[in-house]
Amino acid sequence: MIETKSPRRHDGTLHASDRRDFLRLAAAGGAASLVAACGWDGGNAVRPKLLSLSRLNDWVGEKILFSPTRLARTYSPAERSRMLPSYFISDVMPVLRNPAAWRFKVDGLVQMPLNLSLDDLTAMPRATYTVKHHCVEGWSAIATWHGTPVSAIVARCQPLPAAKYIMLRSFDSDYSNGWDLASAMHPQTILAYGMNDNPLPPAHGAPLRLYSPTKLGYKMTKYLLSMTFTDTRPGGYWEDQGYPWFAGV
Amino acid sequence: MDSLDSRPSPPRPPAVRRHHWIVRLTHWATAVLLAGMISSGLQIYEAYARFGDKGGPMFVSPFDATQFPHWSRLGGWLAGALNWHFALMWPLVTVGLLYLFYLVGSGEWKALLFRPRDVRPAIEMAKYYLRLRKDHPPQGKHNPLQKLAYSGIVVTGVLAVLTGFAIYKPLQFSWLTALLGGFQAARYWHFWIVWIFIGFTITHVFLVFFVDPASLRAIITGWYRGRFPSHD
Repeated sequence: MIETKSPRRHDGTLHASDRRDFLRLAAAGGAASLVAACGWDGGNAVRPKLLSLSRLNDWVGEKILFSPTRLARTYSPAERSRMLPSYFISDVMPVLRNPAAWRFKVDGLVQMPLNLSLDDLTAMPRATYTVKHHCVEGWSAIATWHGTPVSAIVARCQPLPAAKYIMLRSFDSDYSNGWDLASAMHPQTILAYGMNDNPLPPAHGAPLRLYSPTKLGYKMTKYLLSMTFTDTRPGGYWEDQGYPWFAGV
Repeated sequence: MDSLDSRPSPPRPPAVRRHHWIVRLTHWATAVLLAGMISSGLQIYEAYARFGDKGGPMFVSPFDATQFPHWSRLGGWLAGALNWHFALMWPLVTVGLLYLFYLVGSGEWKALLFRPRDVRPAIEMAKYYLRLRKDHPPQGKHNPLQKLAYSGIVVTGVLAVLTGFAIYKPLQFSWLTALLGGFQAARYWHFWIVWIFIGFTITHVFLVFFVDPASLRAIITGWYRGRFPSHD
């Protein structure tokens, strides 16, 4: 403050409350800069509140913003990106020792549990599209994906009315994801066995991965083993560490 | 001071009510929330510190592969920063809307909005600041350059929110993302807006202290005892 004399009082109460408000704001501002200075994730006091707010944002994303019918823009194969980064959490790239013995299990709250080979999957309805991939990190890339719509699997396994979520497991260490049924039933959500006109490469989750242009990349489980229908919301590898659970784009 | 204003300043101007409590509350809340948004945003930026689709042409930016200093980043890592960013965005939008509703409801927008008729007076004001003109041009609550800055920062705030939603939900708001030139272009503009906010804030604070220090008390308590009019 430049002025040195105390302000003339026009209304004592108003001034007192103004000052309190300002001190509160100043304290919050000071805390914010301190927080920034420490690269703080909120600490034990604030972090749980941030995660609760993240759940609220999940709810907004799932119940208000997500449309089960709105389709992602598709591109022509000529517009494909020259590269698309690939990630796995294991120390070395997860590869099946005996690909012929691999089966994709569908179980949990379903009338008809399934045990599908890759041939079984390729014999089912097939979807192909060229879409933009959005990573939580901020990068994006265009690629073509080929696979079986999850809705076709749902038609086969017939989930019970209590089934609200799907838990997806992989053989990439303990990587997993939980999905809401509405996102899984989106027409562009597929179990992909092909990429850019070729079989799915090991770097991108061979033999089978989830793909959907409605989600951020980390929701699209690679190296799939099984999908389990449940009535409780399953966690996930990154989701349990604080990343948004719904992660719709 | 005197070099900037040739008018003799009265020894003790009477205190006048200058800012409604909604203006003061939203002003300081915005300052705190924006600091949180920018610092968490700089942490988020670090995860992919460039603009453009992978393998494609990149947007021109001097901040490619830049890691901003530790003290300027909030959240610790990407997930922590995202949670801060997505938690603070709702109160920030709420505060912004509250302020805009107040401006419209009270009619105070008239003292703030930069209109075509302000162009000439703005040039005169710029001449005065550049010492090409000696006397301070007459003004209302705000001089025309202030109107330009305050109108511009409101537009910038709206663009910050729109570019933010375009990269938050590029499929659900695909029309908006397309309007802004696509996902990476929206990221690009969202990032540049940060520097507009920072440049504005530095200039704003500088002018408060060097041109109208009394305005600091006005934005805290509402009472102003400075040398400029408080009403148009």
